[in-house]
Amino acid sequence: MSDIQTIETEALQAIDGAGDLAALDTVRVAELGKKGRVSGLMKTLGKMSPEERQEMGPKLNALKNRVADAVEARKAVLEDAALEAQLATEKLDMTLPPKPEHVGALHPVMQVFEEVAAIFGDMGFSVAEGPDIEDDWHNFTALNFPEGHPARETHDTFFMNAPEGGDPKVLRTHTSPVQIRTMTSQKPPIRVLAPGRVYRNDWDATHTPMFHQVEGLVIEKDIHMGHLKGCLIDFVKAFFEVDDVEARFRPHFFPFTEPSAEMDVKYTKKGDTIEIGAGDRWMEILGSGMVHPNVLRNCGIDPDEYQGFAFGMGIDRLAMLKYGMPDLRPYFEADPAWTRHYGFRPWLTPSVSGGLS
Amino acid sequence: MKFPLSWLKDYLATTASLDEILGYMLKAGLEVEDVTNPAEDLKAFTVCKVKAAAPHPDADKLRVCTVDTVDGEKQIVCGAPNARAGMTAIYAPLGAYIPGLDFSLDKKPRKIRGVESHGMMCSTKELNAGEDHDGIADLDDAINLGTPAAEALGLDDPVIDFEVTPNRADWLGVKGIARDLAAAGAGAFIDDPVRKVNGTYDCPIEIELDDPEACPVFAGALIRGVKDGPSPDWMQARLLAVGITPKSLLVDVTNYISIDRARPLHAYDAAKLKGTIRARLGKDSEHLVALDGKTYQINSEMCVIADDSGTIGLGGVMGGESTAVSETTTDVFIESAWFDPLRTARTGRTTGIISDARYRFERGVDPQSCIEGVQLALRLITEYGGGTASKVKVAGEAPRRDDPVEFFKRDVARLTGLDIKPAAMRKTIKSLGFAIEDTGETWLLKVPSWRFDIEQSADLVEEIARLEGFDALPTTSLPPLKGAKRIVTTPIQERVRTARRTLASRGFLETVTWSFMPKPLAELFGGGADALTVANPVASELNQMRPSILANLAQAVQRGADHGERDLRLFEAGPIYLGDGPKDQRSVVSALVRPVKSRHWNGADAYDAYAAKADLDAVLNAIGQPPARFQIGEPKQPHWHPGQAASLKLGPKVTVAHFGALHPRVLKALKVEGPVYAFELNLNALPQMKAKTTKTKPVFEKADLTPVRRDFAFIVSADTEAATIIKAAQGADKSLVSGVDVFDVYQGQGIDPDQKSIAIEVTLQPRGETLKDQDIEAISQKIIGAVAKAANGVLRS
Repeated sequence: MSDIQTIETEALQAIDGAGDLAALDTVRVAELGKKGRVSGLMKTLGKMSPEERQEMGPKLNALKNRVADAVEARKAVLEDAALEAQLATEKLDMTLPPKPEHVGALHPVMQVFEEVAAIFGDMGFSVAEGPDIEDDWHNFTALNFPEGHPARETHDTFFMNAPEGGDPKVLRTHTSPVQIRTMTSQKPPIRVLAPGRVYRNDWDATHTPMFHQVEGLVIEKDIHMGHLKGCLIDFVKAFFEVDDVEARFRPHFFPFTEPSAEMDVKYTKKGDTIEIGAGDRWMEILGSGMVHPNVLRNCGIDPDEYQGFAFGMGIDRLAMLKYGMPDLRPYFEADPAWTRHYGFRPWLTPSVSGGLS
Repeated sequence: MKFPLSWLKDYLATTASLDEILGYMLKAGLEVEDVTNPAEDLKAFTVCKVKAAAPHPDADKLRVCTVDTVDGEKQIVCGAPNARAGMTAIYAPLGAYIPGLDFSLDKKPRKIRGVESHGMMCSTKELNAGEDHDGIADLDDAINLGTPAAEALGLDDPVIDFEVTPNRADWLGVKGIARDLAAAGAGAFIDDPVRKVNGTYDCPIEIELDDPEACPVFAGALIRGVKDGPSPDWMQARLLAVGITPKSLLVDVTNYISIDRARPLHAYDAAKLKGTIRARLGKDSEHLVALDGKTYQINSEMCVIADDSGTIGLGGVMGGESTAVSETTTDVFIESAWFDPLRTARTGRTTGIISDARYRFERGVDPQSCIEGVQLALRLITEYGGGTASKVKVAGEAPRRDDPVEFFKRDVARLTGLDIKPAAMRKTIKSLGFAIEDTGETWLLKVPSWRFDIEQSADLVEEIARLEGFDALPTTSLPPLKGAKRIVTTPIQERVRTARRTLASRGFLETVTWSFMPKPLAELFGGGADALTVANPVASELNQMRPSILANLAQAVQRGADHGERDLRLFEAGPIYLGDGPKDQRSVVSALVRPVKSRHWNGADAYDAYAAKADLDAVLNAIGQPPARFQIGEPKQPHWHPGQAASLKLGPKVTVAHFGALHPRVLKALKVEGPVYAFELNLNALPQMKAKTTKTKPVFEKADLTPVRRDFAFIVSADTEAATIIKAAQGADKSLVSGVDVFDVYQGQGIDPDQKSIAIEVTLQPRGETLKDQDIEAISQKIIGAVAKAANGVLRS
């Protein structure tokens, strides 16, 4: 049956020779269409005797399949080529800049608040808050600053206009009134941390009329000054991300703690950078002490049953020390260039497990 | 408080070095601020011997001296009238820096009127070491050539400056410092009681105390026939070292005793006193010309010293000019009284007078020191100025504290964790001047009269711990709390954290700005209440607590724009103040953009009021408050554009946020070029999420069926709000309509001028079974009907 052979050879040649999909389709119709040559041969099967059919059937089917496969294969090749040709016309200049996205940043003070909260949170402290506009009792009297005491004078207090016949409120001079608000509203055991804005009437190279503090308070049954020391040394190590910190505690005076201590840490200055932990100089970083029995009594807590410690530290300065800002004043100037330089990436969330900075 | 080391050693027998003394101060809580040694400045200067002093050939007032110096024999031209052969003087070599004149000698010999001078001989004034007026320093001939000048002048004496904490008035006297340092282990305390001067006659001046509360005790004595002149060199040197300029014996003695024993005194010229000396409360009509030459208005709160002429002093603060001692004083009356600390502090604040006396009295002067103080003054004055002293007259009685303080030994370990033996505690307490009555576990302590800070057991714990040294404290990490660790922040703080990160990730820079702002600007933002005005602002433009953060942000973006920033996006999460009560403070998140027209090859998007809304929505979504739960209404604050801003409300009463464009008038007042778009979100107004008992989430039910979307366009009147149509469409079938979006708003050709077309796409989420055509048709009709009812909307054909 050289017919089959011839048809196959011719068909495959025509398929291979089809230059585009239209030409290929013409070939397909000519061979496999209703009136096509291969289809025509297939139709002859019906008129054959069973013996002939048995012989020719497989051969013709094989022919049909081979031609159909060749069409499909050629079709794939041609389609690919067509796609490539089309894509070649769609070329873009990928060096063009996209629409600009604004890049935001977080303020260092707010970030350091979170770092501090993460560290103390890990030690079981919860965060507490209080108002910026305080009454005299919470800001001074309850904290064992007797009226007229010279210790009040050291605070450079901002006073609000006094209501008629009343006492003026003050802008809190420290976060310590949150101690009072906490102890008068919840029962020990207490471990709280109170971050916030504080205000003093002082403005020069190293002071701003508003700044930030974090207050800590622990009231339990058997917390002593050794815990204060341990807790704060643990904090300083974690905050400055150093393995060891040489620290010392010095007696000091705060009306609301007894005994009172200031904490110094060793540091070195290398050029403009400060390295905390070791070195040849001491730097004061916070004030602390055992909560004064008068303060506990003022809050309705029995100092014979409960005791504990409190501490307060300036966040702006801690941020300066850790991140090397040389000057406090730009903190509050909303200078975009400064914020881009010293600010933090939006997704940097301080945590003890995930890293602070 | 400053003191030279040598003065401390009057009361402290010690072999400790300066560094060791500083160590003891640190340990005891005396925070050293500065240590200076005048000897450092005087290294170049040494003692010389003048061999000859010949007249200068060309100048009457100059002498040409031949001087033996450490550098050999030198020819020095000297203008001092007291320069003479055989004199022991101080030599400054060529090139030396002269501190009192603030210049350096030439390095090469200079000709003075034709005669070369190889150096200089100095006065103590030129060395900042005294006030001699007679010429160059004329030293004791026994001092050897080459002796350092500082040593020869008794100036090799470091001066220590430290911070006196308000609780320790006794540290305002050198003797009190010595007592503490001795207790800290620096050496032995030398009590050195004053040797009494036996008065030979009764003090003729009467003293009366009209207000025993303001001034309970007043000791006085008269000295007749004093010759007031310069005080002795050693006293002048000590006063100079602590920064007090010596004046005359009588003044210097009172200043000296004030520093020496924290005991302020006052010296009156007795000849100028009229009648009885009286400590009484002031009268509102009175005035006093004080020693500083200024006139002060007296009030009835103040304790004054008066005689028959009227007020002659403000008790414990400052004396008066009319009775002050002067060179002509021969009879001097010494006052040694005790004034109530609180009243003294008030008088000081009212008058603004800052004096060493006020500083001490308001912190507390030892009431038992009156007689000792006057005795010491009598001794020093009669020793150096002659005269005869009267007996000491005492009016009133020194306040005395008799009730003992209970000290519980166990408190030391309980509060500090220190393990200290009772014997060591006893030693410390006694060394501070306490008397101990031992009753076993509890000790009854008699508090020394100079300590005002000892009330209870904890105060003694501090004394024992600090003198033991805080280095000895154990270092104990906090024990973990019982139970599981929980979230430590408040819900508001959690929202602040998330909002900050959302905004920063959307291109905003975080700021922290002042809580106060100018009152006139606060008024534009709905603030300005008198209760929120700062009475004593640090600057007049920072005198009102802010009612909004937006003014600060607007001014900041303008500053940025002035520096070339474009399209600056700023935000702040912080407080605003609606009143002065503890619950009137709000925690808000404010964001603000001052867009500029930008250009981009791919088309530029300008920030507008809707962009501000999108940022607000993003924050709300991030903190778990889907924006759809809020309603949009008219702006309720005066600083918003009336047509391009809105409030976000939760029900009719609660406003949680505002967003949109700021009012052009407000921007003008802020000197900000608009437009400016912003939002301010009040985190306190948002509903509190209730703490759930379980963290388990509801079972997930996946909608298997594909949602169907249909578009509708409605013609409505031009003032119809899109929200009305959206709400109507959503409400048409709440279980089926899962979303409504506006994809076109059209006004113009083909539509009446007072109408507009709003086109929405409604998403239908079939549940259970697929929607058939008739189902979709039915819901479509419901939607059309709902919009017709709610907004008079007609389907656009």
